[in-house]
Amino acid sequence: MIHVVLPPHLRTLARVDGETELEVKTPVTQRSVLDALEAKYPMLRGTIRDHVTQLRRPMVRFFACGEDLSHEPPDAPLPDAIAKGSEPFVIIGAIAGG
Amino acid sequence: MSKVRVLVGTRKGAFILTSDGVRKRWKVSGPHFAGWEIYHMKGSAVNPDRIYASQTSGWFGQIIQRSDDGGKKWNTPGSSPEELKSPDGMSKAESNKFVYDTSPETGKPLTTHQWYDGTQHPWEFKRVWHLEPSLQDPDHVYAGVEDAALFESKDGGKSWHELAGLRGSDTGPKWQPGAGGMCLHTILLDASNPNRISIAISAAGTFRTDDGGKTWKPINRGLHSQFLPDPTAEVGHCVHRIAFHPSRPNTLFMQKHWDVMRSDNGGDSWQEVSGNLPTDFGFPIDVHAHEPETIYVVPIKSDSEHYPLKGRLRVYRSRAGGNEWEALTKGLPQRNCYVNVLRDAMSVDSLEPCGIYFGTTGGQVYASADSGDSWKAIVHDLPAVLSVEVQTLP
Repeated sequence: MIHVVLPPHLRTLARVDGETELEVKTPVTQRSVLDALEAKYPMLRGTIRDHVTQLRRPMVRFFACGEDLSHEPPDAPLPDAIAKGSEPFVIIGAIAGG
Repeated sequence: MSKVRVLVGTRKGAFILTSDGVRKRWKVSGPHFAGWEIYHMKGSAVNPDRIYASQTSGWFGQIIQRSDDGGKKWNTPGSSPEELKSPDGMSKAESNKFVYDTSPETGKPLTTHQWYDGTQHPWEFKRVWHLEPSLQDPDHVYAGVEDAALFESKDGGKSWHELAGLRGSDTGPKWQPGAGGMCLHTILLDASNPNRISIAISAAGTFRTDDGGKTWKPINRGLHSQFLPDPTAEVGHCVHRIAFHPSRPNTLFMQKHWDVMRSDNGGDSWQEVSGNLPTDFGFPIDVHAHEPETIYVVPIKSDSEHYPLKGRLRVYRSRAGGNEWEALTKGLPQRNCYVNVLRDAMSVDSLEPCGIYFGTTGGQVYASADSGDSWKAIVHDLPAVLSVEVQTLP
């Protein structure tokens, strides 16, 4: 199972507490994780990726295993620790301002 | 006995205030959608328990929420399991999807609009400012958006389509954003003529369709805006709000950036009715439910000082359709008050006497159960109020 941590606004929208768990087919990539996330929580469509371009929204970022993966290609494999479920895939709202 | 439901959108969630027809004791429900900006909520006139809400975020985009039980439970439309799959098995869930129409058949000519620096700029969807349910069908609802355009849904908010004739009109390149963005913020539906819709955009002006949204024309003759190179230009005016009484759809009232205006021919021409107002800058304007010539505004100091004159919060009422105004102060703070009242944050009920409601950027929602003669805060300390809509329930 893949573990995903949503930012607070999206937890409110999806009505989940804490981490969410997803079944994701291999290879585990940003795209496959987000596809699975949106399939389980369809209200999240358009909130993380643009509806049309499917690109990451400008003020959303992805982190995993202490690395910023925001600018990685969407079809690049995620770290093994994500695929094995030992580390979460973290989606955050970028900090803009104080 | 009748009831009143007040739908309050704020910077950090939605609140629903309810009372019986006496309007003295209020229950407060919320925050709904905690932490999100709720630009607007509005109930259907056909089915008052059907309420649409615009939930938005600069980070995560636009969400449309819908309630079918008067605001107790909410859902993103089209998110039940049987609605989620299209015939080819793909996930749908397009209730949040607002995409400008660029199709050759209906989306042309595709224009740009004027940017702050005078250059041309492409349209970029940001949020829904205003939701206006149809007067005939609870599943039919219009959305006024930023960057300015008009969308509609005919399936209860599950999917949205642009009425592209408005944005594609030949005046589009002259539209420009106001300080709050280039927003379509007001949608007036004419109960006597379903093909007639009047809308207002900051800063473009007022527009009207008489064919159900296919074609539009600017209706800004008589407006005078000093900030424009041509102060009487066909478009470019920063119209903050328009309003009418449902029984008199040809008589429109307008709070412009500066100036309170009136039209008696459906917007074809306008006359200034600021009269004896101490300042004619403001955002909201509304009409008494039973007196079509009684109107309300909240004057504030200026375009750079968005607060009441001398720290005294005053609603001004005209019983003559403008020009002659009286200050309404009883129950409103008359010292050290520096809040603002935004354009969608005033509404009326249809009880007798008529109730008037408005919300402030300081988080108060004030109500008057006597047509404005006296006021009381229903709530004091909400997040900044973006919108107030009132439903009168049987």
